[in-house]
Amino acid sequence: MRRVLALAALLLLGGCAGWQTPLDPAGEQARHIYSFLELILWVCGFFYLLVLAFLGWGLWRARRRSAEGPEIAPADRGLDRALIVWSALIVVGLTVLTLGAFFVDRALANAQARETLTVRVTGQQWWWRIRYRDPATGRWIETANELHLPLGKTTRIELGSADVIHSLWIPNLAGKTDVIPGHPNAFDVTPRAPGWYRGQCAEFCGAQHAHMALWVKVEPPAAFARWLAGQARSAASPADPEQARGMKLVTQGPCAACHTLRGTPADGRPGPDLTHLASRRSLAAGTLPMTRGALQGWIARPQAVKPGTLMPAVSLSPTDLDAVAAYLAALQ
Amino acid sequence: MSPPAPFPDASRSQRLAAAWADPPGLWGFLTTVDHKRIAARYIVTTLLLLFLAGMVALDMRLQLIQPDMKRMGPQMYDEAFSLHGSTMLFLVSVPVMEAMALWLVPLMLGQRNVAFPRLAAFSYWLYLGGVLMLWVPHALGITPDIGWFEYPPLSGPAYGPGHRADIWAQMITFTEVAALAASVNIVATILKLRPPGMTLARMPLFVWAQLIASIMTILAMPAIMLVTSMLIADRMISTHFFSPSGGGDVLLFQHLFWFFGHPEVYIIFLPATGFVSAIVATFARRPVFGQVPMVLSMLAVGLFGFGLWVHHMYAVGLPRLGNDFYTAASMAIALPVGIQIFCWTATIWSGRPRFQTPMLWVIGFILTFVIGGLSGVMTGAAPLDLQLTDTYFVVAHLHYVLIGGAIFPLLGAFCYWYPKATGRMMSERWGVVAFVLIVGGFNLGFFPMHILGLEGMPRRIYTYGPEMGWGTLNLIATLGSAMAVAGGLVMVANGLLSLRFGERAGADPWDAPTLEWACESPPPCYNFEYTPVVEDLVPLWREGDLPVMDGMSLDSRELLVTSAVEGIPEYRQNSVGPSIWPLVAALAVAAMFIGSIFTAWAVVIGAVPIGIALTIWFWPTRQPATSGPFASRGR
Repeated sequence: MRRVLALAALLLLGGCAGWQTPLDPAGEQARHIYSFLELILWVCGFFYLLVLAFLGWGLWRARRRSAEGPEIAPADRGLDRALIVWSALIVVGLTVLTLGAFFVDRALANAQARETLTVRVTGQQWWWRIRYRDPATGRWIETANELHLPLGKTTRIELGSADVIHSLWIPNLAGKTDVIPGHPNAFDVTPRAPGWYRGQCAEFCGAQHAHMALWVKVEPPAAFARWLAGQARSAASPADPEQARGMKLVTQGPCAACHTLRGTPADGRPGPDLTHLASRRSLAAGTLPMTRGALQGWIARPQAVKPGTLMPAVSLSPTDLDAVAAYLAALQ
Repeated sequence: MSPPAPFPDASRSQRLAAAWADPPGLWGFLTTVDHKRIAARYIVTTLLLLFLAGMVALDMRLQLIQPDMKRMGPQMYDEAFSLHGSTMLFLVSVPVMEAMALWLVPLMLGQRNVAFPRLAAFSYWLYLGGVLMLWVPHALGITPDIGWFEYPPLSGPAYGPGHRADIWAQMITFTEVAALAASVNIVATILKLRPPGMTLARMPLFVWAQLIASIMTILAMPAIMLVTSMLIADRMISTHFFSPSGGGDVLLFQHLFWFFGHPEVYIIFLPATGFVSAIVATFARRPVFGQVPMVLSMLAVGLFGFGLWVHHMYAVGLPRLGNDFYTAASMAIALPVGIQIFCWTATIWSGRPRFQTPMLWVIGFILTFVIGGLSGVMTGAAPLDLQLTDTYFVVAHLHYVLIGGAIFPLLGAFCYWYPKATGRMMSERWGVVAFVLIVGGFNLGFFPMHILGLEGMPRRIYTYGPEMGWGTLNLIATLGSAMAVAGGLVMVANGLLSLRFGERAGADPWDAPTLEWACESPPPCYNFEYTPVVEDLVPLWREGDLPVMDGMSLDSRELLVTSAVEGIPEYRQNSVGPSIWPLVAALAVAAMFIGSIFTAWAVVIGAVPIGIALTIWFWPTRQPATSGPFASRGR
């Protein structure tokens, strides 16, 4: 079945990327749901074929009957029996599916007993704030729009909203869960295949709902621990005078009103933490690849890249912009 | 079978016409209480909006045809999908079904008007107010931009400044009051104005469908009126129903919205099953197989329809066991709908079918709607829905259900009753062309969306990057949609040209079994010269002339009231004549609704003109009754 689906996908789509689809599950939860999808496709396909066959047969019979006048009281004994059989078949099919759904739901809930790590994800217009607990110090480590998960471990993702309703959907790993102000939600993921996956906001949340994505990296536990330790460190010091000038502009200029760079005076809260900005795969919640050019373009004209974004354009001279981009691009 | 004319009497029709005719000209247009004129207005308005909202949809499809298109920015796209969804659900799908009922039910019951003719006029004027409420601001550049569902906090005072959200909320109030008025009218007409002999068991399936849908409307609509009023209160007078920081709950909105929103699907779908049943019986040339299972199925749908709203909310984090309960309930509704599909197919299988355009639409309906029903089973299963909800899979599903399940039967119904309404036949050849283009284009356009959803494409995004790999399928989807729109234009052209060039139809061109085919085409203002008497489900297929009864006044407007279950004549009821006051009352209500966007005091001050208009409207002008239950109180 999986092969059939994959083949159909290939034929129809001309190449799906594969990192944002429930059809290529890479986590336990997504696998459970995928196997249920297979079951339900078989059952529904069977019923659709039955309807097609019955209707087709009826149309075939019609060829030689259509000339006659109306029949007011037809004898329908056989059809009465067929209706009972049909209803019984539907009941059996629905019972199988209801039970299947119940067991899958239970499997999704059971992962709770195996949680080894908690990550807090906060949805904001239009990006994701992500916080890990530092295993060494117990302090929160903050990043944005990039989630790292240890392979084979069950992680609890706690969801909160800073403004309106969002929905966190990482289809290769799990189904979506809404991010609702006033309603703390959580779900479990148990990734089973390393790699990069993409998630996206699934609940309409305003102008830039289309550009509210995040990348997820699933990596072996040791690599994950190294990454987390790296994220726990303060922002890298500037390596040359241009970067130093950039640092001054960022940490003492308007950027610091919204952004935090740990280890510097910049401690603004409304925007994403930039301490290790350059270590991330993408920029502006999955909108641009993380390159120095993209960074420079984004800072110069955020409204052109993401119309309506809450990030204002800051007027910087070209040389200042170069310095800022040079500094930020070095924040590994 | 020819229309009944047992006692040819030329003066009879003249006297009836004198009693039932509208005043001429514009005054007649504004004051009419003829259910056919009101319903025709309703239908023409909904069709115009279907076209406009369809064009908005095509515009969105052009924006999505390839990655990174710059045709629309996010603001314009958000306005487009909000306008499209709000129009299609509130201003097209529900009203058009009610309009079909207003037009057809009295004819199917052999009556001369609906139970509350002025209420029908009031309903249309208010509905028109709702239409103008949404589209006039759109023309002025103030379009709601947060979807047809307007979830807070996005629609609340903090995130939805200006009046866009208020316009949406009051558009709802307009249309829901109009829908309630129409539904009450339909229920009363069906229960008390059936022809002698039409027991509930002899009632056509179409009338059953409209009865159940109307009762559902009466039960479901208050929830949405409540929730939009609470939203307006939050926005205007700082209540905190939906603000988490003030102790409110955003999920309350979703519960109330979907407590209306899910039954709404069946309020749209049930009348469509009524069209299908009527068409299938006529063209398979036998009564629909399984009248009793069909009626029970519709009742079950009406009942279950209120017990599954939570399946729109599986991802909001409700208790899992609750989700499983609603999964089972959502699955259960597939049984009655499956039984209906079986009964129609069995009717075709065992009948003597002819394949004119109305029947083609039924076949298109079965092939398309069953896919929508099965994808509904998929989205109804809680764990799977966590992957499907808010993706293009749901976009595909809901269009398969609403277009395949409701619009296809509606188009079939237009083809079927067109000769009755106009006295002319539509072109069969162009009807087939339109059918092929619409059904083919629709399936080509919307089937790929299932796959797009499974490939991770979320709903309501104004653009996507080329790296997502969604371009090809979106291109196909846009081409298919364009093809369906072309088919729609062919169909409209066919309808307009046939008005002039179509063959004359006669009273009963399809040799159909139900009463509406017994009166002339188009029906005169009084509908029937004599009141038909019904002895079974297919009165016009009986040998010999249709039995009729006489004794209703020829010189004043009277309706025959019968008992609710057995259809036994009880008394003659005076029926009201033309009046300007429904329009005046609707204007007064409109002034209050529009004013309440700007100040809460409008509700208080606006009540005065409404009270005056209603007082004059209901001022008794009739003589005391001399027969019927109120006779004893007369002199």
